[in-house]
Amino acid sequence: MSEWRPSATIENLRHRAQLFNHIREFFKQLDVLEVDTPVMSQCAVSDPFIDSFELNYCPVVGITEQTHYLQTSPEYAMKRLLAAGSGAIYQMSKVFRNGEYGSRHNPEFTMLEWYQPGYDDHQLMDEVEALVLPILGLNSIERITYSDLFMRYLGFRPEQVGVDRLVAETKKHVDITLQDDDPDTWLNLLISHVIEPQLKTVAAIFVTEYPASQAALAKVRKNSVGEWVAARFELFVNGVELANGYHELTDPQEQQKRLQIDQTHRERLQLPQRPLDYRLVEALEAGLPDCAGVALGVDRLLMLALNADSIAEVIPFDYSKA
Amino acid sequence: MANFSSNQFKNGMKVMIDGDPCSMVDVEFVKPGKGQAFTRVKLRNLMSGRIWERTFKSGESVEAADVMDTTMEYSYYDGELWYFMDPNTFEQVGADENAVSDAKPWLKEQDSVTVTLFNGNPIAVTPPNFVELEVVETDPGLKGDTAQGGSKPATLTTGAVVRVPLFINQGEVLKIDTRTGEYVSRA
Repeated sequence: MSEWRPSATIENLRHRAQLFNHIREFFKQLDVLEVDTPVMSQCAVSDPFIDSFELNYCPVVGITEQTHYLQTSPEYAMKRLLAAGSGAIYQMSKVFRNGEYGSRHNPEFTMLEWYQPGYDDHQLMDEVEALVLPILGLNSIERITYSDLFMRYLGFRPEQVGVDRLVAETKKHVDITLQDDDPDTWLNLLISHVIEPQLKTVAAIFVTEYPASQAALAKVRKNSVGEWVAARFELFVNGVELANGYHELTDPQEQQKRLQIDQTHRERLQLPQRPLDYRLVEALEAGLPDCAGVALGVDRLLMLALNADSIAEVIPFDYSKA
Repeated sequence: MANFSSNQFKNGMKVMIDGDPCSMVDVEFVKPGKGQAFTRVKLRNLMSGRIWERTFKSGESVEAADVMDTTMEYSYYDGELWYFMDPNTFEQVGADENAVSDAKPWLKEQDSVTVTLFNGNPIAVTPPNFVELEVVETDPGLKGDTAQGGSKPATLTTGAVVRVPLFINQGEVLKIDTRTGEYVSRA
């Protein structure tokens, strides 16, 4: 058998190395500092739907002193650096997400994350565009609000309907047995099952102004029609979710509240309760500069640049061969 | 019967959906960065042939279907059922019109086919990708026309009608691709 063989061709791995060089050169030109924060942390990400790998630090073989968690993104640690005065920083490193494996997912993958003090979400979108356009061979990227996206592809505005309508709209297109009164569950299903397939023919599009309930670590602000929206954007390329960015939340009280909300949400869903990173809250108390940040899936970017069908084709050994 | 959890789903797995046995044609892990994980599965209902997509929650489980593919020999048709024999046990099963519908034009006595059994009953019959069948009726062959030119209909021993090149004669044995119903070559 060929069990030992890589899942990617050597040719693709050459492209991969070129992409890494291209990215590092891009940030060198912009004078953004490269950092490498720890892969292991005493605290875990709070997001209910991102599961961390656990591992044990043993001062003596076999005796666990401290449970650690593999980073699911370097966000918390990078914000602590920003609060400590690092200025603009980027990190390109492995991140780990338990249970995520498929043609677009691998439980360990390479994430590019960067922060620009003084930027808002739109300025950072300009920079994301400058990075990915030459890689993908595109000229420009359209920007559309979350509300307009739903209007264009589904014919209604999510902020104007209740959860019952969202369930009904989803069930028009998706055969699923699910009891859930959280509107975001249904909004996500509509995006992943109905909108993303239609975006396959769209080269690239930024979706902006996410619902305030999906702010994660973004600021919440009023939009032009007076609705509260998250200063969050996502980039979709050929229907593939490629990047997620925020005009970052800097308010420590709000940050603390959101961590607690996530923990309560986890409890309600009977998901593991893991240590929250209050050092992030302390960093915000000390002062996180007003900034925008974005995380981009490097493996997916390469997939899209090479027209590959699966992530396995662009990483040396995918999960099944690792 | 056992249950399968969504994380075990894979192509070819047979499960019970709404009382019918179904086969998984395509399994896809779907998860937005910040959202819940789902498994989207393209399913084929083995009774009706209908293909559609269903989405399962992470960790949702479904009952396995007692579905088995076996290689059997086609024996005969008694006017109502088509009979197939297990070459090892000599056991016979009778399949109805529904189960053999796609395979019917290609069934020749003693040929091996795949019979899909659900709870021991045949629900589908799949012929081999290629079969060899004799021409029982066609217009006389045109001498010298071996390469190009048109085609003509030919009736095979099973009653199937396929388009064949003009040089083919009655009594010749042809190789046919059962997936497309097309002539491949002389056998």
